[in-house]
Amino acid sequence: MKKILILVLVIAISVRVQAQIEKGSVLIKNGTVLTVTKGTLENTDVLVTNGKIAQIGKNIAAPAGTKVIDATGMHVMPGIIDAHSHAGLSAINEGTNAITPEVFTGDVVNPFDVGIYRALAGGVTVSHALHGSANSIGGESETLKHRYGTTDPEQMKMEGAPRTIKFALGENPTNHGRRNNEQPSSRMGVEFVIRKAFNEGKEYMQAWDKYNKDKAVKGFRGAPPAYSKRLETMADIIKGNIIVHCHSYRADEINMVLKVCKDFGVKKIVFQHTNEGFKVAPELAAYGAMASVFADWWAYKLEVYYSTAYNAAILTRNGVVTTINSDSGELIRHLYHEAAKTQKYGGLSDDEALSLITINSAKQLGVDNRIGSLEVGKDGDVAIFKGHPLSVYGIPMITIVDGVVRFDREKDADDIRVYVDPKASIDVPVFMEAGHTHDACMQGAEENFQSLFGTNK
Amino acid sequence: MKNIFKITGLLVAAVIVYTVQVNAQVQKAKGGVFALTNANIQTVTNGVINNGTIVLSGGKITEIGTNVTVPQGATTIDCKGLWIYPGMIDGGTRTGLLEFGQVDQASDEQDAGQIIPQMRALSAVNPNTPIIPVTRVSGVTTVIVYPAGGLIPGTASLMNLHGYVPDQMFAGFDGIVVNFPNTGRRGFNDRRTEDDLKKAAEKSLTTLSDTWDKAVQYHKIDSATKGKNSEYYPELQALMPAVRGQVPLMIEANAAKDILGALKWVKEKKVKKVILTGVAEGWRVADEIAKANIPVVTGPVLALPSRDYDRYDKAYANAGLMKKAGVKVALRTTDTENVRNLLYNAGFAAAYGLGKEEALKSVTITSAEIFGVSDKLGSLEKGKNATLFVCDGDPFETKTQVKHVFIDGYQMPMNTRQTDLYEEFLKRDPGVSKY
Repeated sequence: MKKILILVLVIAISVRVQAQIEKGSVLIKNGTVLTVTKGTLENTDVLVTNGKIAQIGKNIAAPAGTKVIDATGMHVMPGIIDAHSHAGLSAINEGTNAITPEVFTGDVVNPFDVGIYRALAGGVTVSHALHGSANSIGGESETLKHRYGTTDPEQMKMEGAPRTIKFALGENPTNHGRRNNEQPSSRMGVEFVIRKAFNEGKEYMQAWDKYNKDKAVKGFRGAPPAYSKRLETMADIIKGNIIVHCHSYRADEINMVLKVCKDFGVKKIVFQHTNEGFKVAPELAAYGAMASVFADWWAYKLEVYYSTAYNAAILTRNGVVTTINSDSGELIRHLYHEAAKTQKYGGLSDDEALSLITINSAKQLGVDNRIGSLEVGKDGDVAIFKGHPLSVYGIPMITIVDGVVRFDREKDADDIRVYVDPKASIDVPVFMEAGHTHDACMQGAEENFQSLFGTNK
Repeated sequence: MKNIFKITGLLVAAVIVYTVQVNAQVQKAKGGVFALTNANIQTVTNGVINNGTIVLSGGKITEIGTNVTVPQGATTIDCKGLWIYPGMIDGGTRTGLLEFGQVDQASDEQDAGQIIPQMRALSAVNPNTPIIPVTRVSGVTTVIVYPAGGLIPGTASLMNLHGYVPDQMFAGFDGIVVNFPNTGRRGFNDRRTEDDLKKAAEKSLTTLSDTWDKAVQYHKIDSATKGKNSEYYPELQALMPAVRGQVPLMIEANAAKDILGALKWVKEKKVKKVILTGVAEGWRVADEIAKANIPVVTGPVLALPSRDYDRYDKAYANAGLMKKAGVKVALRTTDTENVRNLLYNAGFAAAYGLGKEEALKSVTITSAEIFGVSDKLGSLEKGKNATLFVCDGDPFETKTQVKHVFIDGYQMPMNTRQTDLYEEFLKRDPGVSKY
């Protein structure tokens, strides 16, 4: 009897673990639909069935049991995608070595992070939860779907999204190196440690290839090469199985990485921040490299002093697939506004500006077949705005992920605590001092410095 | 001998040609008499004048209206289809004090010491920082620059974003900054216990009160000796104008508890002139602020809520909620290099409850009133400073382009380092290969 009980329990638990991702059906009626890739459709309905966009058109009848949202007078756009975020992670930097491709932010997903909810309140349905930039090669990074409300970290992950990894150049990894008196302490060192890692990864790959080949021969006696997750990941980058997302600011270091990538045959490369990307836009375009930038951040450190808010426009006009990202728990809530700044600085069209936070981000994460535009067959990730999303007065009203409403401004509570614990000691407000360390990429690493070296710089 | 003259002449000519060529590339501010014609003029205080003209002369608005004669010799700028707004005022920035972050040598934001009101932010402003042109071409013409640091970190000033020495930039207002003892956390990495936070705040408050009491004493001695009290006491000398109500205290308080604490302290100490700054949780205690009749400079609007459980848009809504309760509210960005986003901060405040009209006032006339310069700035009226900008639409709307900026009657160049980079790199030559 006891055994049966245990068996039932085990089954129950495993069923729970394998719980299906929640998918919903919803009909969004009569909105101005900004498909991004297929133009703007007035007075149009969008039907999401079981998590996927089933139909876009006029006068679609609601299937029985389908929730209907009246979007009359509103704008309906694809869920916004942030190509650079750290929301929903309980750790960001490993940073104990210049090269740590063995770690993975997907192992530290925190589904309770209120930052995810706040992102939803800005129409953001997917974010790229990147490793930090304390070291030259950081960790693999997870693409999150903002299924806020689930308690299971696994369900926050975008199933089927390609693997990505964080690289970092310039001040962050070299500051880190200088503090620890190790390479890289200069941009020369950054190139070297990256090349070294690629070379070791290549050797490792060749050793395994040889072993696997030899093994097939009858009578083979020999041991396999020692397993290394670190080198395995480097080999996977060379094989093209992982998209590199490279934290970078200056034109020289961007150009350097392009050459390194060329030498090792790495084609999938997205530069992050890329403040001086505009200076090497022709090189980026020629290589097929992509760029993810801030709309107007500059001068928060020396390496972004020679920036321009026209960066995204110059990159776009030169044919580089460009996105606007947040790297910030604050900015992620108004990426639509950040994208609109490219209309002020460079005169991008509505569709071009919206692409910077939707379809282009999807391309950079390798998921443009799934999300980034409103098209039949794509995921039912939708943001509904009162006013136009590129207007400063535009307000995100409803955000839908896989057909499930995850944010509704009308139902949003003043106090979002599920319950108030009388013993809780959390009622101390936090005020960010007006600072200039905009770069959230160093989070965690900075705290370590503080405890190790008694400094917070 | 003749040859020498010839050579000298050639050299002089060469130098002149060279200079002219160089000058052709350098754009600088231009003074003179200007007439901006056929414009939609948002006066802020007297509604909108359609198809109007503004004449700028001697740094002032000398004419404004629909029936204006353009003076002879005036440079006329046709503003058909365009809008004219008064220069926008940011109530709190570090512009000019900080060149770029993370390098101590590039920052003059703060000095050592808890009580140093004699430190003047304006004297450390770099009038030639590229940040200033980048800022003013957005339409933000005038900003408070204020020091950071301890309890009384120094004196803030209002400055116009044009001038070659700080005196040319000074816009007529000083305020002494007080960072009211903070019971909240300084950031997400501040791991002090609640008890430690409380003790630190109490200790600071005692220091602040003692300082103020000393300043009052100093003022009494100074009055009794008719200013002949010759003892050099820089801190108290700097505070004396505040005791006398000639200069306000700009009291920074953000947590609801601290705002109430500041209101109580001000009442107890009978401080004559006060501006509350920061006021992130003002919405929690808006009625109390309104009752105390103390004006507020709040921002950034584009900020996170101060508590995890607060509604996500509380910072967007804060200004509107305070205004609704009857508080006089002006905005600030609390930024350095992106003060240009003041207009977007105002736009968000407008969308989340403040409304467009009040949002406009919160970066123009209300700010000017709070800083005591509404006779010169904050609206477009005859006799006020010729500090304004011309744009092609609602200035808070993200894509709106600013066409011309005037500060004290000088026409600003519209190129900045950022536009220069755009011009150079939009179509880079050579591209990938040289030939």
